[in-house]
Amino acid sequence: MKYKSQKIAYWFFALCMLLFSLQIIYGFIMGFDRIGLQGLHDIIPFNTARAVHTNLLVVWLLTGFMGAAYYIIPEEAQRELISIKWAYIQLASLALVGVVAIIGFHFNHWEGRKFLEIPRELDFLVVVNVLLFLGLILGTLFKGKRKTTTALVLSMGLLFAALLYLPGMIWFDSQVTDSFFRWWVVHLWVEGVWELIMGGILSYLLIKLTGVDREVIEKWLYVIIGLTFLSGVLGTGHHYYYIGVNKIWLIVGGIFSALEPLAFLAMALFAVNMYRKGEKSHPNKIALFWTIGSAIVSFIGAGLLGFAHTLPQTNLYTHGTLVTAMHGHYAFWGAYAMIVLAIISYALPNLTGRKRYNSVQGNAAFWLSNIGILGMTVAFGVAGVAQVYMERKLKMEFMEVQKETEIHFVVLLICATMFTVGIGLFIYDFIKYGRPTDEALETEN
Amino acid sequence: MLSKSQARAFFLGGTLVTFLVFIGLTIYSFMPKNDQTNHGKIDAQVVKGKEIWESNNCMGCHTILGEGAYYAPELTKVIDRRGEAYVKAVLMSKEPWQPRGRKMVAYAMTEDDAEAVVAYFKWIGKIDLNGFDRVVSPLAKENNQN
Repeated sequence: MKYKSQKIAYWFFALCMLLFSLQIIYGFIMGFDRIGLQGLHDIIPFNTARAVHTNLLVVWLLTGFMGAAYYIIPEEAQRELISIKWAYIQLASLALVGVVAIIGFHFNHWEGRKFLEIPRELDFLVVVNVLLFLGLILGTLFKGKRKTTTALVLSMGLLFAALLYLPGMIWFDSQVTDSFFRWWVVHLWVEGVWELIMGGILSYLLIKLTGVDREVIEKWLYVIIGLTFLSGVLGTGHHYYYIGVNKIWLIVGGIFSALEPLAFLAMALFAVNMYRKGEKSHPNKIALFWTIGSAIVSFIGAGLLGFAHTLPQTNLYTHGTLVTAMHGHYAFWGAYAMIVLAIISYALPNLTGRKRYNSVQGNAAFWLSNIGILGMTVAFGVAGVAQVYMERKLKMEFMEVQKETEIHFVVLLICATMFTVGIGLFIYDFIKYGRPTDEALETEN
Repeated sequence: MLSKSQARAFFLGGTLVTFLVFIGLTIYSFMPKNDQTNHGKIDAQVVKGKEIWESNNCMGCHTILGEGAYYAPELTKVIDRRGEAYVKAVLMSKEPWQPRGRKMVAYAMTEDDAEAVVAYFKWIGKIDLNGFDRVVSPLAKENNQN
């Protein structure tokens, strides 16, 4: 690392590891519920486990993005963060809001809106927290010696992510209007501004790991995020096909959703080409694996699997089934979880000064988690397609179909165990690196 | 060959145009003449039902308008499918309802609250869902069998 204040990123990454572990535990509770093992129902019913599982996903990814920003921005702006003390306060308050929200979910204290379950009063604390974070990042960028495209794109993504949280805080009397604007937050986050954040982190990592000229990488970054918004904004329409709004969305959503895989394809081609063009052989191969892997898996998970059920004619039958869970798991993993794990893998040796490159655990973590989540995706997919056929074509009763598809959740749990071993090894490696130290200054490769 | 400034112009221009179109389509969708929801029929009882729906995170298990958790049945047409009395019995049950062994939280609602939720389901059941309502409707099942 080049600046002492980058060390704050370590603690954000550590919080990420903690929240990710909890997310997996609640995922298992849901998996066991689905095969009829509901021993925890009285304490943690399915809706609690699900709210915790999905909100922890959002919070740990945002924590990872924040950690990435605290690591990347000082280097890009070529100066220390404007305040380390406030960055620690921001971290502590973020953790506090997360813990209070999760405890509240266990006591029926939530909003009951998918992905946005955090109650309204805590929403305001989230806003204050994010404003503090943005103040620190944008202040550092503004006072910095240089303003790079990578830093601007990353900061723009974080700023828009904060702004887009606001429509989710408005109360509507109609379920349809409520759903419509809920997607402004959820869709425009994950298929819009989060891709700016992903693009910014990806661009930074490719510059560092491949040695390809910054101007070339940043030019293609603009093209990719341009394609993302061009397809993704109007692609929001695929959430509006069957929720009670005008038919125009069937056409607009259909056309622009079909274009959405292009942005992910461009990102995958971009990453692979930059890797091939690169003359620099960076010793941190694990970080390179996660980086290139993220670009490729996001194309499959978000691009191809999204396209598989995005056309209105298909979505008429798959809407509201486990097919969505199949796409969701692989898309979030590829596009966002893997890029956070990539920046952590890259930053850890630089923060701690311990060049534990390419450890056996690190390699095993990559492959086990990736094979595990692929198996989970296939299990969700098979269960989803079976559900569509039996429920929507044969018109069988919901629970009758659930019983028929139970076996796929046994497979899912086996694959999830493999995934968990992989993530466990990643966390083991994280702990083995030890704490960040000032002795690591200027030792970056 | 594309320059960096051209790439930036593509990004900024494309984003601005698509966002403006998106805002325009949003306004169009919520014009009263395009309403498919019978918005005028949302009364205090329906709003109370929606609040109960949200405060208990029913979407954390069920789906409505195809949105939710896929763990418990789609409720868009639940009144057509099961009838009012059955739905009220489930909501007012003091023991966990468990069709085929899958447990639901026992909400033990009052009759007033259960009626509000039923009013909310009735309003939901009348929304024009561009064809999805036929896919999840019991009427579709009968039509297919004939």
